Amino acid sequence: MSHPNLVALATITRREVTRILRIWAQTLVPPAITMTLYFLIFGNLIGSRIGDMGGYTYMDFIVPGLVMMAVIQNSYGNISSSFFGAKFGRHIEEMLVSPMPNWVILGGYVAGAVLRGLLVGIIVLGIAMLFTRVRLPHPFITLATVLLGATIFSLAGFINAVFAKKFDDVAIVPTFILTPLTYLGGVFYSVDLLPQWASTMTHANPIFYMVNAFRYGLLNDSDVSMTLAFGLMLGFVVVFSAFGLWLLKRGVGLRS
Amino acid sequence: MNPIPALEIRELRKVYATGVEALKGVSLSVQPGDFFALLGPNGAGKSTLIGIVSSLVNASSGSVQVFGVDIAKNREAAMRLLGLVPQEVNFNFFEKPFDILCNYAGFYGVARAEAKRRAEEELRRAQLWEKAFTTARTLSGGMKRRLMIARAMMTQPRLLILDEPTAGVDIEIRRGMWRILREVNAAGTTVILTTHYLEEAESLCRNLAIIDRGEIIENGPMKTLLSKLDVEGFLLDIDGELPAQLPHIEGIALHAEDRHTLDLEMPRAMHLNQIFAQLDEAGIRVRSMRTKTNRLEELFVRLTGSKEAA
Repeated sequence: MSHPNLVALATITRREVTRILRIWAQTLVPPAITMTLYFLIFGNLIGSRIGDMGGYTYMDFIVPGLVMMAVIQNSYGNISSSFFGAKFGRHIEEMLVSPMPNWVILGGYVAGAVLRGLLVGIIVLGIAMLFTRVRLPHPFITLATVLLGATIFSLAGFINAVFAKKFDDVAIVPTFILTPLTYLGGVFYSVDLLPQWASTMTHANPIFYMVNAFRYGLLNDSDVSMTLAFGLMLGFVVVFSAFGLWLLKRGVGLRS
Repeated sequence: MNPIPALEIRELRKVYATGVEALKGVSLSVQPGDFFALLGPNGAGKSTLIGIVSSLVNASSGSVQVFGVDIAKNREAAMRLLGLVPQEVNFNFFEKPFDILCNYAGFYGVARAEAKRRAEEELRRAQLWEKAFTTARTLSGGMKRRLMIARAMMTQPRLLILDEPTAGVDIEIRRGMWRILREVNAAGTTVILTTHYLEEAESLCRNLAIIDRGEIIENGPMKTLLSKLDVEGFLLDIDGELPAQLPHIEGIALHAEDRHTLDLEMPRAMHLNQIFAQLDEAGIRVRSMRTKTNRLEELFVRLTGSKEAA
């Protein structure tokens, strides 16, 4: 790795991973505790009374959704807090005055956030294995979904951080947009249970496609076609990447 | 043929979104190897100028070249030549100085092994090696400023810009920083310094520009500019008390600072002996004397003050 841009990319990624590991009690432990409680209460206690969902036990059904939920929330949270923290503490200037092109800055932060998403996903999947037998009929689709889902929400978190002027602005999007979309994205139920209007609305929710693609990877079952799910995810990656790079080029919220 | 300037600024303008015109067509040239002072009162436009050169601020119009490389046309190449020590501390307080330096070099594409070698060298030079692996927030104010100089030197810049690097540090640390900056300059790096300590500029810099209200009002060699200062001020400590009526001495201004101290302002061409002789005749005996103001400070106040009066 001798090209300056690759060295710079690796430097930002390493710094992000170091940060994640340094504050592991804030980055890795909370999702593990929250998801353990979800598995215990929804999957085990309540799930045993719900019965089957889409032909699977309720515990089996919610595992893919909960893993994806953890991946999305942590990817988003990592980049929004880290990038906004760098803006707030002004050490973002270290990067802005450097010769790094914008794609390296964006790529480094996204790589760090995706790695946290992946790490949390592995932890949550490991916890799920304590409650049920996790199969992996489509490992490539499973991995591709996690990487694409984490990338999309890393980019979304980056855009949030660029516009944020105070820490409250970083919390608004997860509270009022991300959490409702996640809960209404088919994590806890099959879209077949919904009335027609609610089912139609759910199809406008990008998280719905990620959860279903991941569910297909683990359970070989999905409410949507994989072509549509991956087409949409790739589309989001392209659009959000282009917007993030444009924001960096214009210096929105970064250069005066 | 003249060498390519280390920094060439032409007709640089900056109007902020608020409508404030921070720079009104600034042109400036700094030669390679120079130790250059950029002086000006608060709000004069110094930080905006440095912000544009370091690409943190977008210029409204005009051009900036670093060693002939236009920052608008080839920002990446220009930034590789530049090191910046900003006015405000801007490293991550939760990281360790060693990591801060290695990461900074990494942003410029310096491989990790080489970055580690340079980090140790720069931390030792800044007398911070014993703090290399402690959290940066525990460093004192002076240490933080030295760390920012060490960080800027990690990329071996050809042009080093320091925005008030010694603000708020005690004189001992300041002199230590001067030593480092002299070494850096002696090794061939062009240094541009803004400071509020005018004796610092007078001691370190060979050339200077004074900026006020977004315009360069004076620019040239330190010696030439100081020679423009045609008057000097002294405070004379008197034996006993001053008489109620001070003597009139042609060409000089005298007034009593207090009952034992005389404030004297005289043309540089005049000899002190003449003045002492006339004071002696008036029964005023001078026990000791001191310079009233720093020479550069006097020039600075005259230039920026006269503009205000106008």
